[in-house]
Amino acid sequence: MNFDLTKTEALFLQMIREFSDKEVAPLAAEIDEQERFPLETVEKMKGIGLFGIPIPVQYGGAGGTNLMYTMAVEELSRNCATTGVMLSAHTSLCVAPIYEHGTEEQKMKYLPKLCSGEWLGAFGLTEPNAGTDASAQQTTAVLDGEEWVLNGNKIFITNAGYAHVYIIFAMTDKSLGTKGISAFIVEKDTPGFSFGKKEKKLGIRGSATCELIFENCRIPKSNLLGKLGGGFGVAMKTLDGGRIGIAAQALGIAQGAMDETVKYTKERKQFGKSISAFQNTQFQMADLETKVQAARLLVRSAAFKKDAKVPYSADAAMAKLFAAETAMEVTTKAVQFHGGYGYTREYPVERMMRDAKITEIYEGTSEVQRMVIAGKLFK
Amino acid sequence: MDKTLYKDVYVFAEQREGVVQPVALELLGKARDLAAALGEKVVAILAGSGIEHKAQSLIEAGADKVIVIDEPELKEYLTEQYSQAVSQVINANRPNIVLFGATTIGRDLAPKLAARLCTGLTADCTKLEISEETKDLMMTRPAFGGNLMATIMSPETRPQMSTVRPGVMQKAAAEPGRKGETERFRPVFDPSKFKVRLLENVKINKGAVDISEARILVSGGRGVGCKEGFEKLRALADTLDAEVSSSRSMVDAGIIDHDRQVGQTGKTVRPDVYFALGISGAIQHLAGMEESDLIIAVNKDKSAPIFKVADLGIVGDLNKIVPLLTERLKKERTQK
Amino acid sequence: MNIVVCIKQVPDTTEIKINPVTGTLIRDGVPSIMNPDDKGGLELALRLKDSFGANVTVITMGPPQADDMLREALAMGADRAILLTDKRFAGADTLATSNALAGALRMLDYDIIITGRQAIDGDTAQVGPEMSEHLGLPHISYVAGLEYDGGKTLRVKKETEEGYMLLETGMPILLTVLASAFKPRYMSVRGIVEAYGREVEIWTADKIDVDESKLGLKGSPTKVFKAFAKGLKQAGEVYEVTPEEAVDLIVSKLKEKYIL
Repeated sequence: MNFDLTKTEALFLQMIREFSDKEVAPLAAEIDEQERFPLETVEKMKGIGLFGIPIPVQYGGAGGTNLMYTMAVEELSRNCATTGVMLSAHTSLCVAPIYEHGTEEQKMKYLPKLCSGEWLGAFGLTEPNAGTDASAQQTTAVLDGEEWVLNGNKIFITNAGYAHVYIIFAMTDKSLGTKGISAFIVEKDTPGFSFGKKEKKLGIRGSATCELIFENCRIPKSNLLGKLGGGFGVAMKTLDGGRIGIAAQALGIAQGAMDETVKYTKERKQFGKSISAFQNTQFQMADLETKVQAARLLVRSAAFKKDAKVPYSADAAMAKLFAAETAMEVTTKAVQFHGGYGYTREYPVERMMRDAKITEIYEGTSEVQRMVIAGKLFK
Repeated sequence: MDKTLYKDVYVFAEQREGVVQPVALELLGKARDLAAALGEKVVAILAGSGIEHKAQSLIEAGADKVIVIDEPELKEYLTEQYSQAVSQVINANRPNIVLFGATTIGRDLAPKLAARLCTGLTADCTKLEISEETKDLMMTRPAFGGNLMATIMSPETRPQMSTVRPGVMQKAAAEPGRKGETERFRPVFDPSKFKVRLLENVKINKGAVDISEARILVSGGRGVGCKEGFEKLRALADTLDAEVSSSRSMVDAGIIDHDRQVGQTGKTVRPDVYFALGISGAIQHLAGMEESDLIIAVNKDKSAPIFKVADLGIVGDLNKIVPLLTERLKKERTQK
Repeated sequence: MNIVVCIKQVPDTTEIKINPVTGTLIRDGVPSIMNPDDKGGLELALRLKDSFGANVTVITMGPPQADDMLREALAMGADRAILLTDKRFAGADTLATSNALAGALRMLDYDIIITGRQAIDGDTAQVGPEMSEHLGLPHISYVAGLEYDGGKTLRVKKETEEGYMLLETGMPILLTVLASAFKPRYMSVRGIVEAYGREVEIWTADKIDVDESKLGLKGSPTKVFKAFAKGLKQAGEVYEVTPEEAVDLIVSKLKEKYIL
């Protein structure tokens, strides 16, 4: 087993670190404060080809790996979790299902523009009454001639409004339960498709989170993604991959808080010495560092399995569960180490703590991850 | 190569628009020491257009002889024109040593000439001495980003060439009426090689005083943060009749011009007072300012290397301290 | 249009620290990077490629590890990479280095040769102008801007102490550029993925057109007589005080030195 990065991965890490520090970090506090989607960062990311990292070149991707993609989400999130989730939702929840479940025509139509970043992607599964119980879908799709007619609402949708392509789940046959759910590709500006209220959130405040409204929204018959009635499977597989992305986001937040805390505790003096010189600081930080490194190994091993095309569902759940809870613990303690300053917006750790919380919730709460892991354990 | 055929210490006396540059006088001061150690003469090469009358000032600054190349082709500095003229002077006279200022002109002309003459060249020297044993020129310069000093020699080739950082050598006191020889040299130009044409020479008023001449410098680094932060430094500089300067990070960030940069890749300064504000003190920066008489440093990070060279170090937030200091100095002034 | 960019792998000198006790350099763990001015030069070449479809070759002289930097250049968008590596190049000063690079350039087609103004480990700014002389080319140093309309001439902005010179020149020409004028692009992800699968040509002294006596230590007129660490200045007092107390300390220091 080799834990070293390949030369290619090392070169990629060099690039994405520099990009994150120079282009993403300077905006992080501002977009949080203003609750503003970082469109200028999207423009810069396009130029580098970050929107299609694990997709083959023939579809306009970069031909990289899922491991590289998780490194990108981690490094972006180290400075700005908003930017990290923007890439994660786009790649894992929109680009990946089209690549994995789409027809050749769908792939050729959507992937090149998604991979170039010309189009951003989003994913709509959650509804007001269908959260963790995703099978309780109330959005419907009815075939009318050559078109599907969608009706219903989706909530808490990341990249909403800024994304052009939405993977939408809807009931095509209620009598079949989860086997009656199908997945569709819906483009922005389709008549009958509109956006509802923008959420005001605790964290990832630059991220656009909106309601999607479908009122007799007609889309071509050919926009069915995967098999009729296969939507629940598409959703679950997509979320398996998405969890690696969110795990990487959580890992990045944790690493960012570690870096800030190491720097601060070395600089900050109390009782005549740096607070990093106190054993309390050292022992707590040693424990946190160990957890962060363990989270990284979980994230990378899940990504590695996805690249190797072996089952990774439980690995992704463990990575997300552990990375998210580590992020919450590290950021909470980071604020504590910063004392009163940590509670102010003069330092980034309070933002990191607010951002960390969502990683325990979206794309499957920590409880759902435990269900997935236990499900494999006791099957 | 018969080294005994090469004699005298030559100085390329850089002028711009007819004004002899301070570095030329500094080089003449140093050349006098070197010539004395060798028992040789100091010769200045004065190249330009309509500059012959400046020769006497070079003699008064230490030259025993001035070779004047006064040609319309040399009105403005262009590499090929100047290298043709100066290389012909060198080939005709065989100097032992040729010194240039490490300016955008000296650092452009000297390597072109070194390659043409197939001789060694040492850049940005801070110390020049004559070896007692071999009588070769010992050229000391910072290397490795200022982390190391290296002493370099060109034992087998002549002339021995070096560029010298402005502000490092001391000019000799001028001796009015000092006598010396002036020789007019007429180069033969090959205009077929003049491939670069000057369209415009634009002067930008980048700041009233060159930072290497300033008595007090208020210098900002990464800790200043942004343009607005720099305005606080300017306000402080104004109350002290000081100039502002910076470390490399501010230049890279586009907040201040390159000609205000102190350090290895910027300028060497030696003011009476140097305020290092939010400058951590990378070795490259220290190389450019550590000879200042009084260094006052303000930095958030107690372990910042700047405190190792500072005479007075304050661990604190410059954004709070600088405006307070500015107010206080204004009061001190009005009380006087 | 053919553009050759000469680049150098250097230690990131901003990361070098001095052992405060011994005064010696701590070089361990200092990363190797593409010299910043050279990277600016590569960016200029790639901009010309973007606008006019130039063919961009990067070349470096250095040890085999410089391969990684050439991969970075390829990932940024260079078309071809050449590594000049040979024991016979070792110990080269600027003149010998410029002779080796000029020898390699004689084997290549070029309209523009670009290199950085200077490298951060040596800071000499000599190799570019010296190369141009060996090749019988004009050069412009301190390049801070360039205008080109696809025709036969270039308009080049050269930085000076007082401002800048606007120069016009034909091709071939050698330019040495300032990093601050050409913010380098990031490597593209696809470029990175493909970089290690591409060819980096290895050229030895036998492959280039230059008299071997001009290479390496033999071809270097300058010799390092000695190298030594700079003595550290004695540190003064360092205070952690309130801003008000800090102002008092500074003012009294200025008075003590008769500045006020």
